Amino acid sequence: MADKVIYAMYDDDDVLKDGAKKLVSKGVKVSEVFSPFPIHGIDPIIGIKNTRLGIMAFIYGLFGLTIATLGLRYFMVVDWPMNIGGKPNFTYLDNILSFIPITFEFTVLCAAHGMAITYFLRNKTLPGMPAQNPDPRTTDDKFVIELRTSENSQFSAEELEAMVKDTGIVELDQKDVA
Amino acid sequence: MEFKITNKAKTLTLALVVIGVVFTAIGVIINMDDALISRRILGSTLVSSFFFFSIGLGALFFLALAYATETGSYALVKRLIEGIAGFLPYGIGLMVLIFIVITVMDGGHIYIWMDPKVVAHDEIIEAKSVYLNKAFWWLRTLIYLATYYIFWIGFRRRSLEEDRIGGTEIHFKNYKKGALFLVFFAVFSSMSSWDWLMSIDVHWFSTLFGWYVFAGMWCSAMVVLVLLALYLKKLGYLPKVNESHIHDIGKWTFATSFLWSYLWFSQYMLIWYANIPEETVYHLARIEHFKVLYFTMFLINFAFPMLLLMSRDAKRHAGILTIVGLIILTGHWLDVYLMVAPGTLGQNADIGLIEIGTALLLAGVFIRIVLVNLTKAPLTPVNHPFLDESIHHEI
Repeated sequence: MADKVIYAMYDDDDVLKDGAKKLVSKGVKVSEVFSPFPIHGIDPIIGIKNTRLGIMAFIYGLFGLTIATLGLRYFMVVDWPMNIGGKPNFTYLDNILSFIPITFEFTVLCAAHGMAITYFLRNKTLPGMPAQNPDPRTTDDKFVIELRTSENSQFSAEELEAMVKDTGIVELDQKDVA
Repeated sequence: MEFKITNKAKTLTLALVVIGVVFTAIGVIINMDDALISRRILGSTLVSSFFFFSIGLGALFFLALAYATETGSYALVKRLIEGIAGFLPYGIGLMVLIFIVITVMDGGHIYIWMDPKVVAHDEIIEAKSVYLNKAFWWLRTLIYLATYYIFWIGFRRRSLEEDRIGGTEIHFKNYKKGALFLVFFAVFSSMSSWDWLMSIDVHWFSTLFGWYVFAGMWCSAMVVLVLLALYLKKLGYLPKVNESHIHDIGKWTFATSFLWSYLWFSQYMLIWYANIPEETVYHLARIEHFKVLYFTMFLINFAFPMLLLMSRDAKRHAGILTIVGLIILTGHWLDVYLMVAPGTLGQNADIGLIEIGTALLLAGVFIRIVLVNLTKAPLTPVNHPFLDESIHHEI
């Protein structure tokens, strides 16, 4: 089925927010919003679910904690017990205090990098990936709402355009997608 | 909206006070023959007085911080912070009272450097006596307490004035005074911890000690604030305080718990690493005789908030916040107890009826005074410039 994508451009984030509210209240499904900065409060309006990045951060952190603990135990206790300042080095627990800062740092390192890479992957914005936004101006001072006719089968493209035009747009564009 | 103390709260605080008095009395009678009884009473009173005093002080600090940073979201709970900080004058009274008793008793084995007989035989204390002597110590103590009191009176007066007059002039005055308070507080919170708590273990010193005590007081104040907000919300006051405000205070509880744990660990690890006898003595005294209590206390104050308050939903859940809050509060009382008791009683220290009794007694007094403070002004500030922002607070 031929899919038509409608891009409605705004020059103010508050106008966009009101417009999105109006569209959603009429039963239109907004599939995406492009903006140069995060628009506060847009997520619940267009029905985006809460991010699960925090859960992933916790898992990455746990992974870092485990690796650091196992690694330090192997390097510093099992493989080559090191005598640093006469500190006990026979078991991991004897020397745990000196391992805590490194374990902490490694946990943070894994959580932060894991989160950043997951975020880039999920948004398809890793370096070198083709840009997803329809118009380069959405990285400057313009805001765009994207509607798809396939997701709004109860409206025709003309009806959608008419509704969008009521919301204070500055430009309208559409594209056929196979 | 005017706040009225419920009969239930009145009975409860009265019951706490009565139970506290009974416990303390029984404890004193049982241990009458004990040679350490006076030390024990003084020590446990000092622990609980300082604990509740520090909650009031932590609230005052938080209020000044909010003024100095021009925080918007807190405006709806500002009166709650003031209610807690309003305990400060009574806390100051308690502290002065117990300090007078200790001074009259020449230290009463709490501050052994106050006892001329001990100082005469102790070179280390003698060398410190330029700083640690009764006159200079009292001068410093009075300066700290007077500064806190004067700033508190000013903040409260301007807060009530703002309700009547409005405008932004008072706001900018608060901004300046808040910043000024933080400057004084930065120095005094550290120094007063050395004078009041660290000088119990007079041979020992740690530059980090003041921040460690400060982190504990900040955390306790945040816990009390979140408990108070939840309590008032449950009674139907504060209709405009939404989940986001609770979440915010919950985050403060979480963050300050980490600040405290971080400072506790820093102090512990540096002393452990350097292994210098004159520094390790502090932790040795605690690990030798209070091993279980000492590390349990650390785990309570660190692991509980970390594991239970980490998720966003937990910080918005009244039940979880209440339980974790009460546990942390007990943990921080234990923390203060472990700063004092090993230095005053050594291996004879024990949490018995006297310690629990004085804690409950002062808890009852503290809760009652905070609630009475809340009745004295509208629960929502009327003309706070950030009130509108606070009402629409959403995170």
